[in-house]
Amino acid sequence: MIEIKNVSKQFNTADGSVEALKNVSISIPDGDIFGIIGMSGAGKSTLVRCINMLERPTVGTIEIDGVNLCELSERNLRNVRRDITMIFQGFNLLMQRNCLKNVCFPLELAGKSKTEAKKRALKLLDIVGLGDKAKAYPAQLSGGQQQRVAIARALATDPKVLLCDEATSALDPTTTNSILELIRSINEKLGITVIIITHQMSVVESICKHVAILDHGEVAEQGEVTEVFSHPKSKAARRLVFPEGNFDSLVVGESEQRFIRVIFNGARATGSPLIARMAVEKGIEANIAYASTKSIGGKAYGSMLLGVTGDDGTVDTAIKYLTDMPDVLAEEVTVNV
Amino acid sequence: MFNDLFSQETLSEAWRIIEAEFLTAIWETVYVTLLATAFSILIGLPLGVLLVVGEKDGILPLPKWLLQTLNIIINLLRSVPFLILMILVFPLTRLVVGTVVGTTASIVPLVIAAFPFVARLAESSLREVSPNTIEMAQSMGASPLQIIIKVMIPESIPSLISNATIAITTILGYSAMSGIIGGGGLGKIAINYGYYRYKYLIMIAAVILLIILVQIFQSVGTKLAAKADKRLKKKST
Repeated sequence: MIEIKNVSKQFNTADGSVEALKNVSISIPDGDIFGIIGMSGAGKSTLVRCINMLERPTVGTIEIDGVNLCELSERNLRNVRRDITMIFQGFNLLMQRNCLKNVCFPLELAGKSKTEAKKRALKLLDIVGLGDKAKAYPAQLSGGQQQRVAIARALATDPKVLLCDEATSALDPTTTNSILELIRSINEKLGITVIIITHQMSVVESICKHVAILDHGEVAEQGEVTEVFSHPKSKAARRLVFPEGNFDSLVVGESEQRFIRVIFNGARATGSPLIARMAVEKGIEANIAYASTKSIGGKAYGSMLLGVTGDDGTVDTAIKYLTDMPDVLAEEVTVNV
Repeated sequence: MFNDLFSQETLSEAWRIIEAEFLTAIWETVYVTLLATAFSILIGLPLGVLLVVGEKDGILPLPKWLLQTLNIIINLLRSVPFLILMILVFPLTRLVVGTVVGTTASIVPLVIAAFPFVARLAESSLREVSPNTIEMAQSMGASPLQIIIKVMIPESIPSLISNATIAITTILGYSAMSGIIGGGGLGKIAINYGYYRYKYLIMIAAVILLIILVQIFQSVGTKLAAKADKRLKKKST
C-alpha cells in the first residue's frame, strides 16, 4: 500500500516560488496498476519523483507499507529505492554498457556478486524477450527494445513498486501496446504494483485499473478508470475525455442525445465502415460528435464520440456491438454533471 | 641566414649530431610527456569530478567557498605563462626532485601547468553525462561515489580519452619549451643547436620530429576514443 498524504511541493526559482503540487492525497493498493494522468506541467513528474524521494515533498508524507519515506536517512532511502524502481521516457540506459551489464547495474549497486548478477540479468532479459541481445549495446537497439532492457533492469532488484514516467511517450502506438502488454504481464505474474505517469488517455484506458487526474498540481478526480472516464465530473477530466477542450465545441444535434466514447486501439477498422455497418446491422444511427483517429500501418488509433438517440437498450446494443470488435473499446459518457 | 644550410659540411655535421643525440632526445621527450600527463590526470581528473559533483545541484554539493577557491586556483594557474611558471615553481621542484635542472626536474612545472587544464577538460567531459542518466542511477539507489565510479566516468570515457589526447599534445608542446631551463628532449636540442648555435638544420629536424610525435599521439588517441565509444557501434557483431 502506497499512501501519499497531503503532499505539497514548492520549487524556489529565480522568479519566486512555484507550487508544483498542492495537497495531493492518493492511496494505491498493492498489486494495482495506477495511472496518474495530466497535461504537461500538471505536476505528474514531480509527484512520481516524490514517491521515491528523488524530490522531497515540502509538506506531507509518503508511506509505503507503513514506512514514512520522508523520515528516512539518505542511506536507508537508497535501500528502499531498490524496492521502488523506475523506468523513464528516455529509457536512460547506460550507453557504454551492453544490455546484460545494464541489467546487472542495480545488482552491482546492491553489492551482489558478478556471477549472481549475471545469472539474474540473463533470466530477466529472457522475460522481456531480449535473451539474444545480451551482448548488444543500447545504440544497436530500437526504442521499444531499449525500454524492454530498462524494464528488465528495473525488475532486477525484485521491487515491490514499478514507477513508469511517461515510459511509452517516445514510442510508436504498436510498440507502446507491446510495452504496455509487458507491463501488464509483469504486474500479473510478479504482483508488482505499477504506477504509470502519462499524458496519453489511451495508455490509462488500456492498462490501468485506477486513475488520478492531476491538474495544476492538484488531484482533480480519482477512482476507477471506467468510472472516471465515463462520468467525468471535473473540468480537467472532461478536457481529457473531450480532447478539443470542452463539450461546447462538439458537433451536437439534439440535446436528448446520449454519448458513447469509442476508443480505437489498433483496430483493423480502416477497411470496414464501422459506424455505417452498425447503422445497417443494428439500425442504430449515430452522430459523430467528435473524432480524432489516425491510421498507422493499417490500424486505427484514437477516439471518437458518438451521439446516439434512444433508450438504455439502444445504447447497450451499440456499446456491445462496438466492444465486440477486436481492439475497440466503447463506453457511455455522461456529459451533464 | 639560411645561406649554407645544405652545404656538404653542414649536412654531415647535422647527421653526426642527429645520430648521436636524437634517439635520447626522443626518448626524453616521450618520457617527460607521458609521465607529466599521467601525474596531471592523477590530480586533474579528481578535481574535474569535484567541480561537477560539488555544484549546488550536483550529487555531492561542496561548501560554496571551497568550490570557489578551487575555481580560483585553477584559473590562476592557467593564466600564468608557462615560461614564468617554470621559474616560479623552482622551490617546489627542488623540494620534490632535489634539483631544478634536467629532464626529470622539468616534470614538476609541467604537471603544475597541466593539471588545472586537465581538470577543466575532465569537467567538460563529465558534464556531457545526461542528468537523466544520473537521475536513473539515483532512482536505483546509487550512492554519490557509485554514481561517479560506475556512471559518470565510464559513460564519458570516449570524451575523456579525446580530451586526454588534447592534454598529451599540449604537454608535449610545453615540454619542448622546458628546454630553456635545462629540461631535456627535442626542445632542448632545437634551442641549443638551432637558436644558440645557428644550426638551423638541427632545429628543423627537431621540430619535424615533434610534429611527428604529435601526429602519432593524436591519431592513437582518436582511434582509442572511437573504439571505446559504444554509441557508434550501430550494427551488431
